[in-house]
Amino acid sequence: MKKIYSILVVISLSFGWACESDSEFLERPPAESLTVEQAFSDPAQVLSILANLYGRQFSVNRLSDWQTFADFNDVLVTADDGLTNLWHTNNSWPFGGINNFWSTWDYAYIRELNLFLERIEESTISEDLKAAYAAEARFLRALYYFELAKLYGGVPIVLESQTYDFSGDPSYLQVPRSTEAEIYDFVIQEADALSELLPMNADSKSRASAGAALAMKAQAAVYAGSLARYGANTPSVSLPGNVIGIPAERAEGYYQTALEAAQEIISGSAGGYALYNKIPTNLSENFAAIFYDKNANPETIFIEEYLLKFKVHYFTGANQPRYGAEEEEGGALNPSLNLVQEFELLDNTFAPLPTVDANGDPIYYENQLDIFANRDARLAGTVILPGSTFKSRPVDIWAGLQLGDGTVITGSERGQLRDVPGSPTPIQVVGFDGPVATTNQNALAGFYVRKYQDPAPGSGRRGTQSDVSRIKFRYAEILLIAAEAAFELNQPGIAADYMNEVRTRAGFTIPLTAADITLDRIIHERRVEFALEGQYFMDLKRFRIAHEIFDGISMNLSGLRSNIGSATKRSTQPWGLWPYKIYDPGSANHGKWIFKETLSNRVTAADNWQLGNYYSIINNDILNNNPKLLRQPLQ
Amino acid sequence: MKNIFHFIIVLTLSAAIMSCEKDNYEPPTSLLSGRLVYQGTPLNLEYNRVSYDIYQDGFGKTGPLSSTFTSEGEFSHLLYDGTYKMVVPNGQGPFLWENIGDGGQDTLVINLRGSAEIDVEVTPFWMIRNPQLSGSGNQVSGTFGLEQIVTNADAKQVESVTLYVSKTLFANSQTNVATNVIEGSTITDVNNLNLSVTVPELVPAQNYVFASIGVKLAGVDDLIFSPTQKIDL
Repeated sequence: MKKIYSILVVISLSFGWACESDSEFLERPPAESLTVEQAFSDPAQVLSILANLYGRQFSVNRLSDWQTFADFNDVLVTADDGLTNLWHTNNSWPFGGINNFWSTWDYAYIRELNLFLERIEESTISEDLKAAYAAEARFLRALYYFELAKLYGGVPIVLESQTYDFSGDPSYLQVPRSTEAEIYDFVIQEADALSELLPMNADSKSRASAGAALAMKAQAAVYAGSLARYGANTPSVSLPGNVIGIPAERAEGYYQTALEAAQEIISGSAGGYALYNKIPTNLSENFAAIFYDKNANPETIFIEEYLLKFKVHYFTGANQPRYGAEEEEGGALNPSLNLVQEFELLDNTFAPLPTVDANGDPIYYENQLDIFANRDARLAGTVILPGSTFKSRPVDIWAGLQLGDGTVITGSERGQLRDVPGSPTPIQVVGFDGPVATTNQNALAGFYVRKYQDPAPGSGRRGTQSDVSRIKFRYAEILLIAAEAAFELNQPGIAADYMNEVRTRAGFTIPLTAADITLDRIIHERRVEFALEGQYFMDLKRFRIAHEIFDGISMNLSGLRSNIGSATKRSTQPWGLWPYKIYDPGSANHGKWIFKETLSNRVTAADNWQLGNYYSIINNDILNNNPKLLRQPLQ
Repeated sequence: MKNIFHFIIVLTLSAAIMSCEKDNYEPPTSLLSGRLVYQGTPLNLEYNRVSYDIYQDGFGKTGPLSSTFTSEGEFSHLLYDGTYKMVVPNGQGPFLWENIGDGGQDTLVINLRGSAEIDVEVTPFWMIRNPQLSGSGNQVSGTFGLEQIVTNADAKQVESVTLYVSKTLFANSQTNVATNVIEGSTITDVNNLNLSVTVPELVPAQNYVFASIGVKLAGVDDLIFSPTQKIDL
């Protein structure tokens, strides 16, 4: 009886399901994914799709990969990871950059941007939101084409989502490369249109604004202008039909566009942007704060935003001074002496750091910082100098003790104690932050990176990390773009005014005059203002100076000290500057400091820029899939 | 125990049967080798700098087999018999690849049937003539002449001439212990050039070095070299 009862229960229960027809079951909407209509019917959903597109912006320099900041001998790489331990032992760059850092060919991203733009047209959200989101997606698309143009020159411009019809003939999907000028024109036109469509909001940093569009326009135009003007210096770097190479006569027009776009931002008509000047009493700290102050920062125009708990990076952890740091790791990138000595003296002149006097005898300094006295305030804002502090802890950078007879005593580990003649007890013979030549990841060039380092507690900890955002466009660059464009348009007086604004913030009191403005000055100002921010890579390429700077000839000391401030100064090897403490009790020099230029034993090659390096390689897979693409020149 | 024994027999037998099956292709056996020459004179280049591509059509993707010439301008590949096309990419090498037409490069068709050795005739922009390298004490000196081969619209000017001294046979811009440079603008007589360089102290010590002369042309990445010579000090 009991058995029958349970059978009955099973049968009766099964009726419950059996009543539903099969077709209904199969057409039930999935619970775990949204259809296109659903996704585009809700403003919050559309915004989350847009957020994904924002998160995929490309840039050669990424804070999440500190290695991407390591190039061009502005820094000595002292890490011991698989990506960078042979950085300075190979003298030529692959055509895609080291570790393929100069590569991106993400047409999937472009397709999704195009799809977004097509689908939002069909969306049921309010018209205002539709227009606003579409403008942001168009901004991201133009920005990505700009990045492609910087690396590859002319690339195919695809402005609709392509779909394959499975006919066996994909040739209708294959778009040839447009000319280099066309792609810059596209970016400029889009930016121009978007500056009207995007909101005028200087407080919106991580989302596209009218200011960001104008900044993109100014930068694209000035890049195109310089490519047109200086591309002629390397005639072999070109492709037929101007796929690479912009006709020289277009330079003037591009510079004009750049100057107008920059002046529109400067005039304030795109929002209240200004140079960051919150700490006028300490200009170096002020300069460093541009990068970590996220609270109503007037300087930043568009940033790739990082936010604690959501999107963080380990740039601080990888590069902080080693000793006493939150994770006892760091020091991967050391700014080189090549970069440090480029910072001018406050009287607007260039000079090497004075390590020896006219007779070749060492100069004795009371404090370590004295050797850097009277220099551009941006130096200490970009580089952690020996004798300075970071996170309110003094850094301890010195290479050894030098005795009265000239012998040097140093250690094989950081902060080592050793017996020293004349001292009853062992004393410290080398700094806790290095440099120790035989080890990795300490101040092997004598400096640590300051720019983009996060002073917040926990930023150097693996668990917390840093949320300092990467600045894509900032106001100082707008001023320098205006200066460059004005100079190229034969208005050196205007150029000097714009440059002086940036230089005053850096502590210069003697303004440059129109007669002082030269191309070397323009390139140099960009190099020191934007050191370790990534602009230098494109400057090397667009002024066509990289093959002169990296000519494959190794550097000697006199070469290092000479010709500072010249845009084409040879910089094939990253040098360092090591402080030594004098240990000579009874002598007047006891406890003072001397400095010596050194070349790390990690540096065994001299960089050689090949003309083929001016544009990144389009690899064989891409060329195979689209036979209409031209190969890059000289590759 | 007996069970294990059975297993072993079954495993060995199956392994033996499986391995009888032919599961691989014959390896390629035809050696394609060659060198770059100009009127019978081999050209010397920088190691691992000048690249070339070898294509074979008819197998789906058309990607090349890319490699670089040795410092003696030689190349070699172990290939299957077939028809191959060889080309030096535009702008590579201090020479003109044959049959330059409308800005493009012509390919060299190679019908490979068994091993073959080919001389690829190219036209260098310049040649180094009569290089004489000698050493005495810690000095290495060289006398040589330069001859301009390409004098038409494609002609290139000499940017600099460098004497490279190295501890190894790779005496070039990438590995050297001492160099001396003459800038192209200061050259007056191209038929009679002298360069000398002081060899620094070598660690570990060796009583010989290798030397070679490289000519850099304006607008050309790759240098043209003289044959590397061993020099006893």
